[in-house]
Amino acid sequence: MTAPRTLYDKIWDDHVVHQAEDGTCLLYIDRHLVHEVTSPQAFEGLRMTGRKVRAPEKTIAVPDHNVPTTLDRANAATMTEDSRVQVAALDKNARDFGINYYPVSDVRQGIVHIVGPEQGWTLPGMTVVCGDSHTATHGAFGSLAHGIGTSEVEHVLATQTLIQRKGKNMKVEITGSLRPGVTAKDITLSVIGATGTAGGTGYVIEYCGQAIRELSMEGRMTVCNMAIEGGARAGLIAPDEKTFAYCMGRPHAPKGAKWEAAVAYWKTLFSDEGAHWDKVVTLRGEDIAPVVTWGTSPEDVLPITGTVPAPTDFTGGKVDAAARSLDYMGLTPGMKLTDIAIDTVFIGSCTNGRIEDLRAAAEILKGRKIKVKRAMVVPGSGLVRAQAEEEGLAQIFIDAGFEWRLAGCSMCLAMNPDQLQPGERCAATSNRNFEGRQGRGGRTHLMSPAMAAAAAITGHLTDVRELMTETA
Amino acid sequence: MDKFTTLTGIAAPMPLVNIDTDMIIPKQFLKTIQRSGLGKNLFDEMRYTQDGQEIPDFVLNQPAYRSAEIIIAGDNFGCGSSREHAPWALLDFGIRCVISTSFADIFYNNCFKNGILPIVMPQEVVDVLMADARKGANARMTVDLAAQTVTTSDGQSFGFEVDSHRKHCLMNGLDDIGLTLEKAAAIDSFEAKAATLRPWA
Ligand code: SF4
Repeated sequence: MTAPRTLYDKIWDDHVVHQAEDGTCLLYIDRHLVHEVTSPQAFEGLRMTGRKVRAPEKTIAVPDHNVPTTLDRANAATMTEDSRVQVAALDKNARDFGINYYPVSDVRQGIVHIVGPEQGWTLPGMTVVCGDSHTATHGAFGSLAHGIGTSEVEHVLATQTLIQRKGKNMKVEITGSLRPGVTAKDITLSVIGATGTAGGTGYVIEYCGQAIRELSMEGRMTVCNMAIEGGARAGLIAPDEKTFAYCMGRPHAPKGAKWEAAVAYWKTLFSDEGAHWDKVVTLRGEDIAPVVTWGTSPEDVLPITGTVPAPTDFTGGKVDAAARSLDYMGLTPGMKLTDIAIDTVFIGSCTNGRIEDLRAAAEILKGRKIKVKRAMVVPGSGLVRAQAEEEGLAQIFIDAGFEWRLAGCSMCLAMNPDQLQPGERCAATSNRNFEGRQGRGGRTHLMSPAMAAAAAITGHLTDVRELMTETA
Repeated sequence: MDKFTTLTGIAAPMPLVNIDTDMIIPKQFLKTIQRSGLGKNLFDEMRYTQDGQEIPDFVLNQPAYRSAEIIIAGDNFGCGSSREHAPWALLDFGIRCVISTSFADIFYNNCFKNGILPIVMPQEVVDVLMADARKGANARMTVDLAAQTVTTSDGQSFGFEVDSHRKHCLMNGLDDIGLTLEKAAAIDSFEAKAATLRPWA
């Protein structure tokens, strides 16, 4: 009998190529996702050393961070010169090194973390890496998914392995069920609020419990997506029938006998009874409220029913950080969160740019008009966009006054022209509220798609549950 | 990659907690396809006004710290994105060592790949080093990687931990890829085995 193992232990064990005496491991990588911003220097490194991509068939590239999301983006003039150069470099690198590629013109193009699962590249039990910290998203499938730096991108391209030391095991259990109006985004933000942005440093988190099991695959991706915001190296969720159903029939998922063999293996992917956890955090699903962030760190989370805190509510280095945040955000302690007026609403990103997110927002927006200056929906992929059009969601957004965009990262990090102006306040479904993240001086409040839609309707931060009772 | 053995230099105090990679190098500078040249935009939005003027209060703009080679930072330095542009920008500015109570994982990793030594120290020690750094340009700290010590300008010495593999690579300026390719046979046999165990992968 082997000792009981966690899901992380099992995936890790199945991918160790070599272990050095000091415990440093060479880990085999099953899928390597690549985008235009963190890869050019890596491909350049390969060229300079005359190295090849070891497993081009396991390497998938898509431009997403820089690309314009306006409808006229086929026109090169919509891009700045340096963005154009970066995307052109990815086109060339994909061609030269023979890797799988979804160019901007392909309907399957989108945010790398949405495209991977959608195309069936991401499957349970795999190791997945990408030069992007939100790679944790893929953990929703019970795969071990790490964000890596550009030197590591080059290392994986050349060797299909990653040098890693094993992290510690952390269990985050969400018991019971969520209340109406509470979503996966509220779970993941509440966990970070409880643990802090460094609470997961050195750990791999497994999310479990009834509330997690009850989430769709889309919701699970939202939860795992923000594991990095809690400092964790990766977040994962054991695969189950929902996972298998999502994967079945995807273009790169196995078929026939291989599918049967895969499912049999996937069913062994769970944490054994009695496995060792280095840290356990438990939240009650019933206690989680719709939340928003008030500051400039994702740990600055409060239920929408709360008030803006004062620096003196904190201790240590956080006192100064909170004072700086409040100043940057232009907020006064004691103010009700629902009194915060919003200029702009952004719905999209790898956290909340999937079909279910658009459905949740559209549900609130149906038959209503926005009161904010501008609002945009940026679907996570061309296929999400197409599906939303088919379901009539696009029309709901347009009728409400939203801009209906093409797929990309867009205002999540504002590398493309979609940016906030100094002082402009945004209700965003993305994952980072750092200073300047959405544009220099821009003020970001993170929340779920339904909450962002509610803010769009009222023009201020709003408890979505109030709008839900109105429609009920 | 440049070797790192010992370093004696000016340390800049940056006590703010959660200094994220968006602060270290804002996204508008990520459009480069090169590694070099980012130093002038290190901490760009804290360092310059919107129209490009230096903000005199910012630590690296102060005469005493313009040639700092070490940063003493608040908790959780380097959190946020995986952008290796963050260590590239630090290195290009001339920073070779960052000392804090904690670092974000990916940033920590990225430092070693670029010849930067990130050192984790307990709060009490960071407090002492922070006070030393506040003395300005005449106070030079020494970091000795072989001995795994940091010594303040007045001679107080503190030990630190570092992974032996990373230490070896840093001290010798070794490229990970070259080292891994020496294990190509192990990768080949892993792939052969995985092809039968998990043929769908
Ligand atoms: S949507 Fe935002 S967080 Fe996600 S990959 Fe793009 S930039 Fe990164």
